[in-house]
Amino acid sequence: MEITGIAAIGAGLAAIGAGIGIGKIGGSALEAMARQPEHSGMIQTNMIIAAALVEGVALFGVVVALLQG
Amino acid sequence: MSNTRLKPLFTLLFLIGIIFHLKAESPSTSNNSDELYNPVPAIMHHISDSHEWHLWGEGEGSVSIPLPVILYTAGSLDIFMSSAFHHGKSNVKIEDREYSLDSHGHIFETSGLHPIDFSITKNVASMFLALIVMLLLFVLTGLKSKRNFGAPTGLASFIEPLVLFVRDDIIKPNIGSNYKKYLPYLLTLFFFILINNLLGLLPGAANVTGNIAITLVLSFITLIVTNISGNKSYWSHIFKPPGVPLALMPIMIPIEIVGIFTKPFALMIRLFANISAGHIIILSLISLIFMAQSGLGNAGAFGVAPVSVLFVLFMYLIEVLVAFLQAYIFTLLTSLFIGLATVEHH
Repeated sequence: MEITGIAAIGAGLAAIGAGIGIGKIGGSALEAMARQPEHSGMIQTNMIIAAALVEGVALFGVVVALLQG
Repeated sequence: MSNTRLKPLFTLLFLIGIIFHLKAESPSTSNNSDELYNPVPAIMHHISDSHEWHLWGEGEGSVSIPLPVILYTAGSLDIFMSSAFHHGKSNVKIEDREYSLDSHGHIFETSGLHPIDFSITKNVASMFLALIVMLLLFVLTGLKSKRNFGAPTGLASFIEPLVLFVRDDIIKPNIGSNYKKYLPYLLTLFFFILINNLLGLLPGAANVTGNIAITLVLSFITLIVTNISGNKSYWSHIFKPPGVPLALMPIMIPIEIVGIFTKPFALMIRLFANISAGHIIILSLISLIFMAQSGLGNAGAFGVAPVSVLFVLFMYLIEVLVAFLQAYIFTLLTSLFIGLATVEHH
């Protein structure tokens, strides 16, 4: 039971990390799009790429937690 | 007017139906009030591959489609239907070889031989289904657009914008001028992942793109395509990084070599974990009803069911978005890697 609890905490920490990362990316992308609406398509693509990279690292944590739990 | 009045009634009837259904399905958990319902085995059963296509019910009364088992053991090929196992209760004897199914769905040989399993499992069957859907969609669209040079009509008017979106917004900006060579692979990749993601969301369907073996193969193909199309500057960035002092080379070169493999590895984990996590969340939210019933009785289940169903609906719609997003990201990152490997330095 103890190990399962620790795995859940690990998954939670991974979610916090991804939340901070994707939040920052989304916030900056919105600011950039508000300043230069003509480039919003390009900004959106790059935002999704960066968010996917952050999410990938967070999912490593989730997978490890899943294997442990 | 009468329609709006009837709506809550129908919702109530639907919820009552769900409660009675779950009561019928888990009679053993309600008998023992000390033991809470454990959702983990059911969830793991739903997201993992198996030798039969389970539809509904549990144990003896369960309804499932048997699938062919193909085993290659010590030079001989054994083919039989998975229903011969009777859900793992009986062994299958062919000549002098006896096969047994364990609780994890693995087939082993009782005398210690190692069978190689080529079975048409649930995931493989679901992939065949996806192939049929893809063939129907694209062969029909292709035939139509060969004859018709005007604006697309019917099915083609649905498929053509999608194909053009993948080509013009994902592949072209990332690969550059010689994108045509990679179009067949990348379009197949996009629609294969998309259709399998969407098929996986249907009730009772297999979890194909949430199976790490399938995402492994997809990302392995990406690894091969990226490295075969890599040009001189791609390899010189790996084995002779420009502007790096000589003393750092023993560190930089191994890091760059590991970098070749981490990019497809991340692709593999991303698709697998996203789709599996979505399935697990939906199943966990449904399991909340069962847990409330085993802990608080039927009143608890009545209380939790509306909340649970609303959350499941919400997650389900998010998962439809994720199905598109993951197909988009996998194709986007693959074309980005190919673009980085083939970029021309002036």
